[in-house]
Amino acid sequence: MPVMSYIQAVTTALREEMHRDEKVFVLGEDVGKKGGVFRATDGLYDEFGEHRVLDTPLAESAIAGVGIGAAMYGMRPVAEMQFADFIMPAVNQIISEAAKMRYRSNNDWDAPITIRAPYGGGVHGALYHSQSVESIFANQPGLKIVIPSTPYDVKGLLKAAIRDNDPVLFFEHKRAYRLLKGEVPEDDYVLPIGKADVKREGSDITIITYGLCVHFALQAAEKLAEEGIDAHILDLRTIYPLDQEAIIEAAKKTGKVLLITEDNKEGSIIGEVAAIIAENCLFDLDAPIQRLAGPDIPAMPYAPTMEKYFMVNPDKVEKAMRDLAEF
Amino acid sequence: MSNTRHAELGLSDEKVLDMYRTMLLARKLDERMWLLNRAGKIPFVISCQGQEAAQVGASFALDREIDYVAPYYRDMGVVLAFGMTAKELMLSGFAKAEDPNSGGRQMPGHFGQKKNRILSGSSPVTTQLPHAVGIALAAKMEKKDFVSFVTLGEGSSNQGDFHEGLNFAGVHNLPVITMVENNKYAISVPIEKQIASKTVADRAVSYGMPGVTIDGNDPLAVYEAVKEARERAVNGEGPSLIEAVSYRLTAHSSDDDDRTYRESEEVEEARKKDSIITFAAYLKEVGILTEEVEKEINKSITDIVNEATDYAENAPYAEAESALKYVYEE
Ligand SMILES: Cc1ncc(C[n+]2csc(CCOP(=O)(O)OP(=O)(O)O)c2C)c(N)n1
Ligand SMILES: [Mg+2]
Repeated sequence: MPVMSYIQAVTTALREEMHRDEKVFVLGEDVGKKGGVFRATDGLYDEFGEHRVLDTPLAESAIAGVGIGAAMYGMRPVAEMQFADFIMPAVNQIISEAAKMRYRSNNDWDAPITIRAPYGGGVHGALYHSQSVESIFANQPGLKIVIPSTPYDVKGLLKAAIRDNDPVLFFEHKRAYRLLKGEVPEDDYVLPIGKADVKREGSDITIITYGLCVHFALQAAEKLAEEGIDAHILDLRTIYPLDQEAIIEAAKKTGKVLLITEDNKEGSIIGEVAAIIAENCLFDLDAPIQRLAGPDIPAMPYAPTMEKYFMVNPDKVEKAMRDLAEF
Repeated sequence: MSNTRHAELGLSDEKVLDMYRTMLLARKLDERMWLLNRAGKIPFVISCQGQEAAQVGASFALDREIDYVAPYYRDMGVVLAFGMTAKELMLSGFAKAEDPNSGGRQMPGHFGQKKNRILSGSSPVTTQLPHAVGIALAAKMEKKDFVSFVTLGEGSSNQGDFHEGLNFAGVHNLPVITMVENNKYAISVPIEKQIASKTVADRAVSYGMPGVTIDGNDPLAVYEAVKEARERAVNGEGPSLIEAVSYRLTAHSSDDDDRTYRESEEVEEARKKDSIITFAAYLKEVGILTEEVEKEINKSITDIVNEATDYAENAPYAEAESALKYVYEE
């Protein structure tokens, strides 16, 4: 089985989907000739031509809005936002249009667009190249939000997103792009959107997280295993709508739950996860639900001292896990 | 009578009469909706009155079998011309389950009907413009002969989506026709306080497309401009911007009182140019709208409006719990 990086899995999924269905096309800033600022669309322009790998004007609302229109016709656009931070000009198109298209037309029209965006920090990207923006969209019924944590998941979930008949936001951790490598089967598999995934079975404490933090939690779990602390790790994978059943099952399994996000704490996805657990698992809990998240400041600063202070990392995760195990 | 204006444009007598009939149906439906609103039977109306000539003239210049339209809330004339029925519009007015636009989910004026290629619209203005550009992009990618047609108000031409969408269309040379229905007001704010350029059409220059300003009260002038734009679009010559100037004859909506910001003399003056009157006068002058024909049209439209009203008023609402349906594919 080939081993590839997280970003190679993105490119592979795009290439395979473009071969499978000629209605699939890519649009965004610098995605064509250059192959994307992160090179996620590398080689696609040469392979499929400028009409299926569109360099658009620098205008995010148009990238989303034109994509939505094409999707309404029956195309399968995969729009790239160069950074998740720059999705803001397109929020009206995403929330007022894509999310509501099926509902407002009483199931007459739909908008099957996939919008990919690199998110996350730890790359010296400062305030506007580091953000986690998922919570802005995570109370918008009609949207689906996927955040994969491994190359294997990237390929299977991106294919699922492109084939999904509803709009999907697909956030890729930009530090994971080259940091994470893993085995990715050559065959044409899809993974279910809306389902969380147990990344490690364990019996002492439960970690529920997503994206790059899954990787940090797995690292910390290996260390803690040497101390006899056995962590159960649930990767949300789809952060909207949440897989409530899997969350409840994972929380009940150990009765001690740590929730982790790279976003700042207040109003983040994990607050909703905590509410689900509080509603359903009160008598199964042996400790207060714990949250590890970024501080409530506007965004991640540039200087390495402050960036490190903001970012979740394996050490912070390990400490939070140990504290919970010892509760 | 081959030297009439409409014959010179290649329009038969039947076609122009059909145009007039569609304009009049839009007007009469709209008037009925106001009555229903003032009688407390429907909560909201937003009018086409004063813009029927632009809407119907443009629609008749399109290919109503294949083209896509992304109308805005005043475009009753467009959606009627594209196949939505009076009954369906009334169902939307009454927010009944059978409303094809939204099943009673959206306010009236939020059109959409896939079988007639009418894109679903929302309330935030101008969001439909990039959608129409996306449809045109699909036409180009799929090498199809249809065009897309999108409308909006002049105030709405200040939104970012106007700029982003038209520039995208210009750069990629897409078959999309944008028609700004300039009715001189955006709620209470007059055109002088909306737009710094002399005309809306002037803005076309920066998008690399032709821009024309035409008399929106003259359906034949609008027909001619849209026809030309469509020909250019299907010949691969790209997008166009058309500004159809008319006047908003009613208040902005049933919730607005326009006496607080404009003089009634101004409205009266505009009524003299009302296309329903002036186009009827033209059709009489050329001998098409005879007394007999006019009588027949008036009667048939009254019947249609009455039937539509009765049907919609008596139709059921959607079940309350149906509010939960169609968030995602089911
Ligand atoms: C983004 C947005 N801002 C404000 C409004 C409220 N609003 C609805 S219609 C309107 C005026 C629109 O004027 P114009 O574009 O000239 O169209 P007209 O109503 O005159 O046909 C306003 C401000 C809205 N619907 N959307
Ligand atoms: Mg106006």
